[in-house]
Amino acid sequence: MPETVLETQGLTMQFGGVLAVAQVDFRMDARELRCLIGPNGAGKSTFFKCITGLLPPTEGQIFMRGQETTRWPSHHVASLGVGTKTQVPSVMDGLSVFENIWLAARRFLPPRAATRKADETITRLALGPVARSSPGRLAHGERQHVELGMVMAGDPWLVLLDEPAAGMTGGDVERLTEIVEEFARTAAVVVVEHDMQFIRSIARTVTVFHRGAVLLEGHVDAVLADPAVRSVYLGQAA
Amino acid sequence: MDLVLVIVVEVLYAIGALVLISAGLAVIFGMMRVINLAHGEFMMLGGYATITAVDLGVNVFLAMLVLAPAVVGVLGLAVERLVIRHLYGRLIDTMLATWGLSLLFIGIVTMLFGNTTTGISTPIPGFALGDYQVNGYNFFIVLVAAVLLLLMLAVLRSTRSGLIARGTMQHSHMAASLGYNPDRIYMLTFACGSALSGLAGAVLAPLVGLVPTSGGAYIAKAFITVIAGGPALIAGLASSAGVFGLINQIFSFAVSPVVGEVALLVAAVILLRLLPRGITDRLFRESL
Amino acid sequence: MRDAGWGRELTGTLVVAACAVGVLPMLVSTYTLTVLIIYGMLGLSLGLVWGFGGILCFGQAAFFGLGAYTYAIAAINFGESTVPMLLAVAVPAGFAAVLGAMLFYGRLTDVYLGVITLVVTLILHRFMNATAGSEYVIGNARLGGFNGIPGFQTLNVPGDPSAYVWGESFYYFSAVCLLLAYLLVSAVLRSSFGRIAVGIRENETRAALMGYDVPARKTVMFAAGAAIAGLAGALFANWAEIVTPRLFSLSQSADIIIWCIVGGLGTRIGPVLGAAGLSYLKFLLGQQDLLHNSVVSGAILVLFVLFLPGGIAPVLANAWRLVTRRRPRSRYRRPRGPRSSLASGDA
Ligand SMILES: Nc1ncnc2c1ncn2[C@@H]1O[C@H](COP(=O)(O)OP(=O)(O)OP(=O)(O)O)[C@@H](O)[C@H]1O
Ligand SMILES: [Mg+2]
Repeated sequence: MPETVLETQGLTMQFGGVLAVAQVDFRMDARELRCLIGPNGAGKSTFFKCITGLLPPTEGQIFMRGQETTRWPSHHVASLGVGTKTQVPSVMDGLSVFENIWLAARRFLPPRAATRKADETITRLALGPVARSSPGRLAHGERQHVELGMVMAGDPWLVLLDEPAAGMTGGDVERLTEIVEEFARTAAVVVVEHDMQFIRSIARTVTVFHRGAVLLEGHVDAVLADPAVRSVYLGQAA
Repeated sequence: MDLVLVIVVEVLYAIGALVLISAGLAVIFGMMRVINLAHGEFMMLGGYATITAVDLGVNVFLAMLVLAPAVVGVLGLAVERLVIRHLYGRLIDTMLATWGLSLLFIGIVTMLFGNTTTGISTPIPGFALGDYQVNGYNFFIVLVAAVLLLLMLAVLRSTRSGLIARGTMQHSHMAASLGYNPDRIYMLTFACGSALSGLAGAVLAPLVGLVPTSGGAYIAKAFITVIAGGPALIAGLASSAGVFGLINQIFSFAVSPVVGEVALLVAAVILLRLLPRGITDRLFRESL
Repeated sequence: MRDAGWGRELTGTLVVAACAVGVLPMLVSTYTLTVLIIYGMLGLSLGLVWGFGGILCFGQAAFFGLGAYTYAIAAINFGESTVPMLLAVAVPAGFAAVLGAMLFYGRLTDVYLGVITLVVTLILHRFMNATAGSEYVIGNARLGGFNGIPGFQTLNVPGDPSAYVWGESFYYFSAVCLLLAYLLVSAVLRSSFGRIAVGIRENETRAALMGYDVPARKTVMFAAGAAIAGLAGALFANWAEIVTPRLFSLSQSADIIIWCIVGGLGTRIGPVLGAAGLSYLKFLLGQQDLLHNSVVSGAILVLFVLFLPGGIAPVLANAWRLVTRRRPRSRYRRPRGPRSSLASGDA
């Protein structure tokens, strides 16, 4: 039986009167690839923030590899080996792309090894031509790649990607699919996405969030065909 | 019994003074998210405007309540147009620029009036309360502060500009989406805030000797009262002035005025550590 | 390759510093130069904390004053200068570590940090002004309130309290201290610690998500800045031979900030040059009555914020590059000043 790397029990996050995450029980196995979908405001990003320690959950517990990590500061969570790409690209604009990735690698490696790791990551993501420029000058899609590079350089065993395909063009998305598959070879990966085509191309299991709670969980085809899920998305569109 | 009364009066006075000192800064910070570090110098200028006017034979109340706010308000307008306007959205830069303005004003006033203490006598006589002498002017300060708070409440509650102001405080884009020109709103807000600072400086001038560097004594108090107050303008102002005024007077009576000052500052540091977004971020959230 | 760059920079710095230390006394008295050096060191301390650490400290004067007072009090009690010098570095650093831990673990940012550092400076200022009474003594040292503490042992050769280091020698001593502090700052910024600090300045959330303990690192940075400011304070005490509460004043804090802005945040040499240059300007202005000092400082600050927020150092560096037609060698691009990113960070 595979190891459970991430588990939440009754996870709840309340902002004043808004229940952003409501009693979520969630489980992930090692090297599982999971997609998290749901309409805008469903609470997906907030769920991530609770897991990574950026927000303290109001209630509930979080376990990682059997260890309780509820309300840990984010650097403790990250130091365990959890890599996060936030929804709004969060990079260091005043530094070069190389330095951004080097800093991520340096957390777990001595300086020289970090340099090698950064060079290697840059090659793998084909960021060579922009390695010395500031991520602030790059297009949205390319910034996403820089952030993916930062996640990759830390060799995480749990990867949380919040809308990685946003702002990417066709070719970029294909590259992204490969990157996600590569992550999934060594890590458990959770991907939040709105791009259904992209989800179909990578997903096995899908979890649907709606109004902070888990609406449905299951195989991608079954979930996307489900009438309740459809009405949630259509209701959103209307 | 008399002592209790005296202490109550002193506490009320301390709170009233804090409200006055902070009102101008609070309006500007609440509406524009701009910290005006020249606030203390605006107050100092209000004081000098009053003294100059009184020397020229103007009635002292007219000078304090009308002339000084008008003069400083116009100055604020000029400052906003020339400097602040270019720095919107750059919080730190506005703080630095207004700090520069404060030094500039200190220098100019020193060159005009010299580096000596000037003052005017309090226009209201003191009286005896049992064995204690009470400064009658303190009642005037409390009165002005109370009227000011009520006036601000009335304006925010029931006028058109108050409605726009409330909208702007909650969402800075609100005014624009309602079709009002944010540029003009900011300009008027800054002028109003400056006028309030001028008023405070003028009204407090008879109690303290004025020197060009007087502003420095006010800015820290105003700054912490506003920040500790939090997002609600009036409730925040009243509650944090209440807390700090009380602490200040208790320690002043128990130990010495200097310890009272230090206690106020220490209380501010502790309060901000515990409630980093201010008192009204947790309490009285729904108030103005 | 990176180490070769460091070697070249080291040689360059030493040569330029040696020339400056040798040539400047022909133009300006060493007495004046010494205080310019001391202010340069004070500028360097805030330049490190603010320009590279992204920590906006409105109260760097507090650490300067604390260093000066610590030196004076310890020197009176010990009757020699070696231990007091060390204490003058350690006490402000320790104080900053405690204060910083309180602020950074409380996740206070920007304005709030500014308020509290300003308020702490004011507390010290008020307190020191109120210590005129004879009950305020530490060992044999009376704090002296508004009048400050005069008449303490000034710098001596370690182990020999009667061999004073003063005049010319004190000038050279201060210059060497500044040079060492500068090289230390350069080395720290080249190290992983320095790069991570710059990363934290650029994006705290990202640094935390990478696994870096942001509050701890900011606290260390803050304390390092305070240590340098404390050393500057101790040197100042030796130079002035008296310490007064004015060291803690708001105008002293304002001056330090102006030096950094004018010199250039995010550069090492900018704040040093800004401090020395503006202090010299103040010294020259002090000899005339036409324009008040505050008018000049205030106008300079407003104009720089409005028209040259990056300061002078980047402009000079660009000019130098144009003249020599060299590309920047280092892979380590000079980051832009942190103020804009701080201001827009919390939208
Ligand atoms: N800091 C906050 N304060 C108050 N409410 C918040 C905060 N962050 C999120 N919310 C609210 O919580 C709810 C969930 O937001 P969240 O960003 O998690 O949704 P999401 O599923 O990621 O949406 P999207 O697909 O648009 O990214 C929303 O109603 C949002 O307004
Ligand atoms: Mg989201």
